[in-house]
Amino acid sequence: MKSRSRRFAAVDILLILMMALPIAAAIVLKVLTTPPSDGINITGARIFFTIPMPVQDLPITEAQINSWLVLITVFGLCLYLTHGLSVRGGSKRQHAVEWIVEKCQNMVVDSMGEYFAGFAPFITAIIGLSACSSLMSLFGLFPPTSDLNVVAGWAVLVFILITYYKLKAGPLVYLKSLTEPVALLTPINIIGEFANPISMSFRHYGNVLSGTVISVLLAAGLQGLSSMVLGWLPGFLGELSLLQIGIPAVLSVYFDLFSGCLQAYIFAMLTMMYVSGGFPAEEYFARKARKEQKRKQKLEVN
Amino acid sequence: MLELAIGIILGACALGAGTAMVAGIGPGIGEGNAVAKACEAIGRQPESKGSVTSTMLMGCAIAETTGLYALVIAILLIFVAPNLLVNILLRAIGA
Repeated sequence: MKSRSRRFAAVDILLILMMALPIAAAIVLKVLTTPPSDGINITGARIFFTIPMPVQDLPITEAQINSWLVLITVFGLCLYLTHGLSVRGGSKRQHAVEWIVEKCQNMVVDSMGEYFAGFAPFITAIIGLSACSSLMSLFGLFPPTSDLNVVAGWAVLVFILITYYKLKAGPLVYLKSLTEPVALLTPINIIGEFANPISMSFRHYGNVLSGTVISVLLAAGLQGLSSMVLGWLPGFLGELSLLQIGIPAVLSVYFDLFSGCLQAYIFAMLTMMYVSGGFPAEEYFARKARKEQKRKQKLEVN
Repeated sequence: MLELAIGIILGACALGAGTAMVAGIGPGIGEGNAVAKACEAIGRQPESKGSVTSTMLMGCAIAETTGLYALVIAILLIFVAPNLLVNILLRAIGA
């Protein structure tokens, strides 16, 4: 195990700051830019400024800023976890990160097969990014995943991946797979291709957004209820909304913690299922073998 | 007259959002069935609890999709549609 020199500790502190500062910056930004309002206030992502672009102006919104900050935080977390790895022994941190890596690799191999073992970093990145984005709402920030644009971006990325792996065995196999089981179903199959990213993004965004909307409605409702029931209390006690203490936290455990992590898991699971399910393994390996054979024949002729 | 027209638009949007959320019944029944079957399976084979639970969560998430489509439409009807429709109305009468 590496001895904990002063330099090691300094780098550690820097990395922890790298994790914590983006969150703090987001909170400060939120406090500074939120206009004072009372009552129920459900809005989408706040637009900070727009960059003029040739086709359409590019608005820089809260969702984008927050997701950049999440990226920095996740990056810092990764650097912190992998800081000071050693071959022998190892710290608690190293055991934790080894456990995570092993779990993710096992999960990917279990659900996608050996051929896709290289997908583990990508899937882990999706889970980490999605979970950390959804957990932003624990700090009272705008979770980037409750904006359709952010999640739709990921879904488009996954859609490109799926199509790439479907095209691996040649375009003819791909076109033929669209006409199965009968040629009559081709239009439905084509719609089904494009429905995948839409349903994936809607599922993730709808779950996170519904949690946000319900928490806001509940907070407003509890405020009204407590001013109605406990408004007769003297002095400042009557103005405090006492019912708001504690009750929203219980729902927050479900809507923020459980739902956010579950959606990250489901998004990653669906990615794995679609990619490995759409991959025509038999045709691909047959084609590969045929190519190999042709190459050998050519070599022999030469 | 204009107030009446805008009022009708807002009311119709709210009614539409409420009606759209009737779709929440379907996923509710479906997920209930899925969880009931999963509980049965775990009761019969307690050692397969882990895989049954993760499969059930996957299935629930997929069964939820139709409900979420309804939710998205309801949210659009509440937060996006009124603005859009009132603007169209104002443009149509040239105000």
